[in-house]
This record gives sequence, structure tokens and C-alpha cells, in this order.
Amino acid sequence: MTAVHTTYRDAIREALREALRDDERVFLMGEDVGRYGGCFAVSLGLLEEFGPERIRDTPLSESAFVGAGIGAALAGMRPIVEIMTVNFSLLALDQILNNAATLLHMSGGQLSVPLVIRMTTGAGRQLAAQHSHSLEGWYAHIPGLRIITPATLPDARGMLRPALECPDPVLVFEHGSLYNAAGDLDEPADAVDIDNAALRRTGTDISLITYGGTLPTTLAAAEQLAAEGIEADVIDLRTLRPLDEASILDSVRRTHHAVVVDEGWRSGSLSAEIAARITEHAFYDLDAPVERVCTAEVPMPYAKHLEDAALPQTDDVVAAARRVVG
Amino acid sequence: MAEFRMPSLGADMEQGTLVEWLVQPGDTVHKGDLVAAVDTEKATIEVECFDTGIIDRLLVQPGQTVPVGSPLAIISTGAHGAPSGPAPLQPAAPTPQPHPTVATPPVRKLAAQHGIDLTTIHGTGHGGAVTHADVEAAIHRRIETPPVKAPAATRPRISPYARRLATELGVDPNRLTGTGANGSVRARDVRAAAEKPPAAPSRPSTGERSAEAMRHAIAALMARSKREIPHYYLISTIDLANALEWLRERNRHAPVADRIVPAALLLKASALAAREVPDLNGHWTNDRFQPADAVHLGVAVSLHGGGLLTPSIPNAEQLPLTEVMRRLRELVSRARNGRLRSSDTAPATITVTNLGELGVESVQGVIYPPQVALVGFGAVSHRPWAIGDLLGIRPLVTATLSGDHRATDGATGARFLTAVDTFLQHPGDL
Repeated sequence: MTAVHTTYRDAIREALREALRDDERVFLMGEDVGRYGGCFAVSLGLLEEFGPERIRDTPLSESAFVGAGIGAALAGMRPIVEIMTVNFSLLALDQILNNAATLLHMSGGQLSVPLVIRMTTGAGRQLAAQHSHSLEGWYAHIPGLRIITPATLPDARGMLRPALECPDPVLVFEHGSLYNAAGDLDEPADAVDIDNAALRRTGTDISLITYGGTLPTTLAAAEQLAAEGIEADVIDLRTLRPLDEASILDSVRRTHHAVVVDEGWRSGSLSAEIAARITEHAFYDLDAPVERVCTAEVPMPYAKHLEDAALPQTDDVVAAARRVVG
Repeated sequence: MAEFRMPSLGADMEQGTLVEWLVQPGDTVHKGDLVAAVDTEKATIEVECFDTGIIDRLLVQPGQTVPVGSPLAIISTGAHGAPSGPAPLQPAAPTPQPHPTVATPPVRKLAAQHGIDLTTIHGTGHGGAVTHADVEAAIHRRIETPPVKAPAATRPRISPYARRLATELGVDPNRLTGTGANGSVRARDVRAAAEKPPAAPSRPSTGERSAEAMRHAIAALMARSKREIPHYYLISTIDLANALEWLRERNRHAPVADRIVPAALLLKASALAAREVPDLNGHWTNDRFQPADAVHLGVAVSLHGGGLLTPSIPNAEQLPLTEVMRRLRELVSRARNGRLRSSDTAPATITVTNLGELGVESVQGVIYPPQVALVGFGAVSHRPWAIGDLLGIRPLVTATLSGDHRATDGATGARFLTAVDTFLQHPGDL
């Protein structure tokens, strides 16, 4: 086993390459995934390696190619569908919600949809309101789907395999700001568990609960808090549906304080769900109200300073943690 | 077995610190004996025993602060009632556990309905069982002795975890000062309270009593009074010529120790007036006036180091003047020495404040809740005064009444001041 210096983008490409190589039922389709190499360059080079049968460019028609992916999955294939950003996925919401998520139930357990849909989510790159939102919390609302959010290199590398093995439709949310994240990764990589949250840092004073693009923000906040003597548990949810409630509650029962960091909008968000579950199940362990650090409830601005102002920043997390512990 | 508990030594007392034990295990105590000194925020008070028996165990060490009602010691009272004889020759047998409370289901139900904690009731039934009558008596007592907390007090902010932790650590979170947001009690406050070393007295005793703590207690009570009680004020000037003349005659023949000061006359007249106008003698609780059947006269005593105590003279209206005088002298001395007795702290039904010795003309005081009236006397001074059609120089005192307008109206207060005047005109009857 050797450690390779790589990036989040390359780790996902490597996972795709491995999947395409190991299972001939696997194919990748989406807008610009072939000749252009993916609009985030994730699939760069795969067309040359695996050919147009398995790396398929699609028309700009999310509903059509997601629907085609569902059909392929029903027919025994293992399609990986890439949707450019989560904002565009709403065009395919009917396919995702009314077909992918429901067919197993409506067929009385006869038709499972082993489909993987990858999409980019989140803000921070000045792509303005139509390319920057974090809507994974909406998808996490839907029973029948599994929602995963790789936030680290090992997760980017290792989550695809169990996602493809999962008999249910799996939506993979890749935060756009993570693609350039670099670090060392062991090769060959291990598959990563997509059932449990990961404790990215352990502390005794407060639980910082987050996932995806806000994990680095939250870890930085934990670092800053540690300098002030506040030791934080940092929980990376990794899977938003089903939620690993036990890990959240275990941590809160130890620290008695919680802050949820979520790039989604606050109202009706995943952070709301998490805060509610903490209140439902760990109320008598709470020493302060649960706080949330979320994105300002505005369409994401284009201007850099306004975008920064709208997004959860390290200082916001630190301030919330201080209020909760203080 | 009887439990000797931390007494409530005033409407503003929530907890007390045991300063010292005046008895040891094995000592025989009688009802009324002094057994312990307790420090409240305002004073050190020597607490008397309500049982006769043998001190079995001391449960609280000097320096420990416990809430009102906490058992301080176990007194072995013998099988039925109190043995009056001497202590048994043998040393006390191995400490028996306190009996679990015995009560029948209907009694338990009655207690639960009224929120009475059965373990706080002394059972008079067979084998110490708590009877229906005991619970009823407890309910009755509770109605008479108003709860310490103001009914309007807001629910303290305590985090759920802190509340749970407090239960686990045996700390009463309602008595903690929170350090969290908006004064909420957090886990660390509970831990801090639980970790407080029990051996170290939480407060210096008598002499160096924190003026701040006393100020705090007075502030809380007086603010509550002004917040909750709509005061009305009446003023009367009373001619004391008859009374003082009578007093001079009486004192001339009495040894110095038996001499009576004018303040005792004023107290006795106030006590009699309170009996005559019972609407001012009692407590405002649960949104209505509860008249008292005796006059427990509160006496405001200002301390030399600043601050104020209001010990009381129970049944003052029935005491002869000499006895009122004796009680007054003792009360003032004990209050100023910082060693009041628990019998001095019986809840007063009406309070008198006499600022005459400080030379002020009149005082319009703040009612001591949950009482409904406060009587004030200024200095006795010689002033011109019309007697019949002539002008004379007479010793006059300004008597004031601060009344709780929820309980009474000015007319009631006027009857009271008139009664005080009338009694003072017939000093021989006092």
C-alpha cells in the first residue's frame, strides 16, 4: 500500500475508473462528461480510456437522462448519472422522487433501482444563485433515497463502491469547493462505510455537527476553539439519509452542547431535523439550546463579499459554539 | 424519632448555614432548648428544638448550607411522645435508619392532590403512620404559612441537563445562581455547587457578615413589596402627654431594670389596635387576605453596622406591658449581637418600625410581605398643640400606617390609627 498525493477531484475520478474497470454494468452519463471531461474535470480522460459506450454525453435534459438511468438500473445496469449542479437536478426531481425513490415500494419489492446520481452542490466559487445552492437537505427528506456527502479524500475515493453496491438509488453530493482539496491517500483505497457518521475530531465540551463543504470550516472552528480551551467533537454526518442518529446522540450525551453547521438555508433544513432529533432524544442531556449556523436565507449572491457574508464562516461557528458553551 | 430541620426564619429565607451545634449526640434536649446556631443571609439565629428527646445523630456539619426544611439532626423521642426522664445510661444503640413513611393509599392520594411531601410530615398514627388528619393539618399549615417564593416569581431558567445533574448530585437547582445566558443555571453551576467543600463555612459568621448579602436580601424583599403591594399611607399625630406622664409615675417606683421606655407603649398600643382592626393583622396569600388569630408583632431593628432585621414578639397583644418591654429589650440586643433565636423569627402578622430614636418626625414604611400593614412612629417631640381652646406644648408622636390596598382601604387604616391613639390615651389599660 502506498500513499499518493492527490485531490478530491482525482480521488473521485479514481473511484469512477475503478468502478468502470471492475464491473462492466457500470457506465457514466451526463452533460459534458465525455469529450469535455466533465464541467469540473472529474471525468477527464475517462472517455479515452473506456469509450463512448460507457462514458456517454447526454443532451441538456436532466429529466430524460435521469429517467434513462432509472430505466438502465431497472434493466440490470449500474448507471452513474452526473448532474452538473444540484440546482439543475430539480428538472429531474420528478424522476428522482416519483420513480427512483418509489419504485421499490410501488412494485411491492420487485423492482429496485440501483442507480447512483452524482451532483455538485454548494457555493463559494462565485457562481451565483442558479449554481450555488445546497439542496441536499431536500433530497434527504425523501424516503427511498440514500444521500451521501463525501467531505474528505478517503470518502471521495471510497464511497462510490458501496454506493454502487446499494440496491437503492444513491445520491452523491460533491461540494464544489472541495474538488481542489489535496492530500495523501492510500492506494489501493478501502471502501468506505456509508452507514455511519464519522467523528473527525474528538472533544468533551461541544458537538459540532456538519457534513460536506462545511466540514473544513467546522474543523477550522474546532481548532480555534481548542486554542480557547473549548474541545469540540466534530461529527461528519457523511450520510444524510438515513441519518446516523446514534452517533449524533452519543456525542451530544457526552458533551451536552451542540451546534449544527449546515450550508443549507435554515428554515425547514437538515439542521432543523438534526436539532429536532437532539431535542426529541437527548433533551435531558442538553445544557444549552442547540444552535445552528446556516446560510443566510437569500438567493446566493454573485459578489464575493456578499457570498462570503451569506455562507457559514469559521468565525460564525466559533461564535455560536462560544454562546452555547459560554 | 423526630427530625430536627432547618427552620424557615423569615419570609425571605431559602437556605441557611449551620454555624455551630450547641448539642452533641447523646445530649438530652427539651422543647425550647437551643440546639444550633444557623446563619441566614441576615443574621445568625439560635434555633430552638421542638421536640424533647435525645440527640441521636447530627446530619449536617458546621459550615454546610442547606435549604429550609432539610433535616439537620435526628432526635430520638422514645416510643410514644417524649420521655421526660434522664437519658438512658447505655450509649445509644447502633444508629437506626429513619423509618420509611407509612401511610395508607387514601392518605397518599390526599397528600399528592395537595402537593404535600409525606416524608416531611410527622406521623401521629400507629407506628408513626401518617394519618389523614396529619395531612390535613399539613395542608392547613401550608395555607397559614405562605410559600417563601412570590407567586409571581418567574420559573428559573435551568437547562435540562443541569436539572438532571442536580438531581443526581443532590443539589437544588432552584437555589443556584446561573451563569449562563440570561442567568440560566447550567451544568457547571450545579457542579460548582456540588463541589463546594462542605467543611468551609460559606460565609463569615456574625461580626464580619457580608453587608452585601444582607443588602441583597433586603433588596429582594423590599423590591417585591413595592412591586406587588399597592401601598396607601395615613398619618396621625398623637398626643402622648397622658401616656408619658403615666410612664414617668410608673417608672419612678420601679427598679431600673423594670423601667419601661415609650417604645414599649407604642408597640403594645399597636398590638391592641391590630386585634381591634383584624383586617390589618395577617397575610396576603393566594390572592386573598388571611387574617391571623393572634398578633405576632414584627419589630424593625436597625443594626449598628447597617441593615435591618425584623424579629417578632409572638402574641404581643396578650402580653403585659412589662413583658413587652422585656421582649423588646432582648430582641434588640439579640438582633444587634447577631444571635437571634428561632422563636424570635416567628412570622409576624404586622410590623412596627420606630425611627423616633433617630430624630425623624415620621416614617412611611414599606410593608414586609406577605403582611398587609406597617406601623411607623417618629420621634416624640414637644410641639405646640391645641387642647380645647388653648394652645399648649405637648409631647407628640407622628404615627403612620402603610396599608396594602389590596387587603384594606384607607377607612380601615384610619380606624387602626384611631385605635392606637385611643389606647395611648389610656396607658393604664395597656
